[in-house]
Amino acid sequence: MDYLLTEQQVMIRDLAAKIADEKIKPVAAHYDETEEFAWPIMKILADSDLFGVYIPEQYGGLGGGIMDMCLVTEELSRACAGIALGFAGTGLGAIPILLYGSEEQKKRFLPDIAKGKRLAAFCITEAEAGSDAGSIKTSAKKQGNSYILNGTKQWITNAGEAEVYTVIAITDKAKGARGASAFIVEKETKGMDFGKKEKKLGIRASATREVIFTDCEVPAENLISKEGMGFIIALKTFDNSRPGVAAQAVGIAQGALDHALEYARTRVQFGQPISSFQAVQHMLADMGTQIEAARALTYAAARMIDSGAKSAAKESAMAKVFASDTAMKVAVDAVQILGGYGYMREYPVEKYMRDAKITQIYEGTNQIQRNIIAANMIKESIKK
Amino acid sequence: MNIIVCIKQVPNTTDVRIDPVTNTLIREGVESVINPFDAYAIEEGVRLKERFGGKVTVITMGPPQAETALREAISLGVDEAVLLSDRKFAGSDTWATSYTLSAAIRKIGAFDLIICGKQASDGDTAQVGPGISAHLDIPQVTYVKKIEDISANAARVERMTEEGYDIVETPLPCLLTVVKEINTPRLPSIKGMMRAKSAKPVKWTACDIEADAGSMGLDGSPTRVIKIFTPAPRKGGEILKGGTEYVSKELVELLKDIVIH
Amino acid sequence: MPASITIFLDKCAGCGLCVGACPFGAIHMAGEKAVIDMAKCTLCGACVEPCDFKAIELKKDAGAVKDLSEYKDVWVFIEQKKGVIQSVSFELLGEGRKLADKLGVKLCAVILGSEMESRIAELAERGADKIYIIDHPALKSYQDDPYTQILVKLAEEFSPEIMLCGATTIGRSLVSRVAVKIKAGLTADCTGLDIDPEKRLLLQTRPAFGGNIMATIITPNHRPQMATVRHKVMKEALTDKSNKAEVIRKSYPEDIMKSRTRLIDVVEEIEATVNLAEADVVVSGGRGLGGPEGFGMIRELAKALNGAVGASRAAVDANWIPYSNQVGQTGKTVCPKLYIACGISGQIQHLIGMQSSQVIVAVNKDPDAPIFKVATYGIIGDIFQVVPALIKEFSRALRRS
Repeated sequence: MDYLLTEQQVMIRDLAAKIADEKIKPVAAHYDETEEFAWPIMKILADSDLFGVYIPEQYGGLGGGIMDMCLVTEELSRACAGIALGFAGTGLGAIPILLYGSEEQKKRFLPDIAKGKRLAAFCITEAEAGSDAGSIKTSAKKQGNSYILNGTKQWITNAGEAEVYTVIAITDKAKGARGASAFIVEKETKGMDFGKKEKKLGIRASATREVIFTDCEVPAENLISKEGMGFIIALKTFDNSRPGVAAQAVGIAQGALDHALEYARTRVQFGQPISSFQAVQHMLADMGTQIEAARALTYAAARMIDSGAKSAAKESAMAKVFASDTAMKVAVDAVQILGGYGYMREYPVEKYMRDAKITQIYEGTNQIQRNIIAANMIKESIKK
Repeated sequence: MNIIVCIKQVPNTTDVRIDPVTNTLIREGVESVINPFDAYAIEEGVRLKERFGGKVTVITMGPPQAETALREAISLGVDEAVLLSDRKFAGSDTWATSYTLSAAIRKIGAFDLIICGKQASDGDTAQVGPGISAHLDIPQVTYVKKIEDISANAARVERMTEEGYDIVETPLPCLLTVVKEINTPRLPSIKGMMRAKSAKPVKWTACDIEADAGSMGLDGSPTRVIKIFTPAPRKGGEILKGGTEYVSKELVELLKDIVIH
Repeated sequence: MPASITIFLDKCAGCGLCVGACPFGAIHMAGEKAVIDMAKCTLCGACVEPCDFKAIELKKDAGAVKDLSEYKDVWVFIEQKKGVIQSVSFELLGEGRKLADKLGVKLCAVILGSEMESRIAELAERGADKIYIIDHPALKSYQDDPYTQILVKLAEEFSPEIMLCGATTIGRSLVSRVAVKIKAGLTADCTGLDIDPEKRLLLQTRPAFGGNIMATIITPNHRPQMATVRHKVMKEALTDKSNKAEVIRKSYPEDIMKSRTRLIDVVEEIEATVNLAEADVVVSGGRGLGGPEGFGMIRELAKALNGAVGASRAAVDANWIPYSNQVGQTGKTVCPKLYIACGISGQIQHLIGMQSSQVIVAVNKDPDAPIFKVATYGIIGDIFQVVPALIKEFSRALRRS
């Protein structure tokens, strides 16, 4: 399908695809197995300028938007969704600065992120604050010209590897949701530590750790926007980043389908390739159709954000739900098409199934997404 | 450090197929690429520039379409590109090719280093690199697998041999031909690709490089191709069937004349 | 008047032979006549000979016709390393003998080195009629500058008709420079040599496009006719103890001996104990080995057969084995008597490097692996079972012999 990409977007997509096929595919199983962080791939991505696709040119980026970020995430995820998170997780950490950062903060942090010199991460989730983000406990107390952070963030993508962290912490407990603020914390800041690396079902090449703040002193100039803006920044960040998760899901689904197709064409049973059996054909047809629909919805949501729409919360939630559910279904079906081979670690398809699951969970579970979608629909309906 | 990298556009060998009916090369749909060995030369040139400053100029002789190879080189970090294209260059063998390239390099002027891939994947001669250094009368080291050390006026390199490698010191300017082991070529960057899109490679004809008419193209080429044919394709032979032990014994029996003296 | 190619339409019968002969797809038929697309034509001349109607003429600027009759003899550049003559040179003496006999001239060996006197007898026994020897400490190991300068001086003084050299790293570096300096025609990596007795031309046949096509090349108007010749293709000259040779010792002033480059050290790598390019047997491993350990059994089989260890690009890229063991387009080209490919699928880039081997054996679990298309003998099976079985059987057979 022709999505009418700009010339630069075609360049970006093709280069990301080349990196995925030539550099990531051969090592995907290795990083999945060892759970190491794929620094050599990050270096390649940095040299390719891809880290900067969504960052404005004045900060050393290529001046694109969420659409460009999605194109890269999708292509990389086609090869390995875990490695792709090094890129996408950095995007999530950078978006708060892009959306709400001061000119000074943008100048200070974005050029290095655009060049891929520093990775970024976003810290909101805590042990008792998952879907219910309002119950976060990490605190930030103003003290002179600094804030003192205390608390523990959980399951933070890129933690320990990234150097720039945007952290949501409570500055005024009394104000509830309006008492949260967002800070930029640099790695190596005294009082900032990392927990052990989590063992995960999928996206095992991605680093997931706790980020622990113990009397961590952050300069006041690292406060993003102003006190009390934390949740608004977080919500807007997720509205912008969800198409990225959707793109990751589309990439996973496409990767699984590609393998299933290749296998179906070459696997001979009862004297013919199994792709000649209608039972298999119909599965493939459904997989292909669902992926294309997910991709179209993802791109539409991304473009809506890039066009400056006031709110794309509903649309980006729709893209995330639909694409991640599609990825899960397609990956399961891909395993089915490969049969016993699909279940074996020697073949790459089971990995897509393990990787797909997280896209239904993180950056807001699909249940929360449906809440958002319904709430917006109802709100729109009242306005009419 | 001013570096000149000589490259050649070649048909992608993975695409080269033989027409089973006419027994000739099928060239339709065959993609043209930078000679794989030249990619290592470009990468080494760009790395040296990144370390020492200066610039990398890439040069190729070929039809006007060879400009795509130059643009690709620019996307990989090369600064300037020169295309030598003229009907008068047609029919060049390695003598005339190395003459023409050396004439163009003289016109480019001062350089510290010329880097070439060890050979081109279509002709496989490995003669053009040494030919250029002979025409320019500069020292050469061929089959370089590593630059151990390099300064403004000398380099110490490892030269691959059949048994291992030689460590060789050479003054600059000189010419190196490089093998695959020397580096892993980078992929292009988006900014590089955009620069390549707008770049305007310099185009020189025979006239521009003041080449001697008797030294270029067919007239400057001592050798002449008189016949081109396709070797009988190697036929897949016998598949040995049976248990592991049985086929092993059978194979040893089949090969005993070769293996046992 | 620059070079040009013309089709005489009155002679062209429209047979289309030239269309198939053109390696560049530059000729097509238009209304029963052949037409050359000059944008694609490289003036290679491959279409001239196949035309039965002499309808194609490749014209070049004749220039002054040179008298080539003063050029005599077939020269073989003798490659020595640490004073040991390399086997490729004996192969060239074997082939050179045939060429010299067809031309009715002498076969000459040219050897540069230090303290090489003791090698004279060896060269004579291998059939050289004449030996040019240049003995100097500066020539102990190969260096581009002095070797080039001396070979140029010798060629200018003695005017050989043909000069052959091994297509080795040394040979290819050296004679490429010599050919430029003396404006001689040089054909690389020949696999076949013959003589056109009438015109006294050396017919040089070589593979191109990775062996997908073969080209026969001549040097009509320049002498010597120079060629590098692929290792292991020609047969070594037989030894005849009674053969005597005339020895010509030459010496040159010190400035000719000077080298701008300096050889610091010669490093031999352990993996190259059996030289890949020289080996009669090569056992290669690929991705199917699953890891560096897999090369253990490959080495063992190679050792049993006194062969060398090769590898596919996939195995080298995975760092299972050094690059110096890589066979294929971006690695080495080998043509042993026996090539055993274990767990190598046979991508075109690999086939390019080994398909001229005499006998190819492939072991692979995938019956559709392309390697079986070129294999003389194929075994479909698990390499981890087959290779150990082969080691056992070959060792037993070799012990018995």
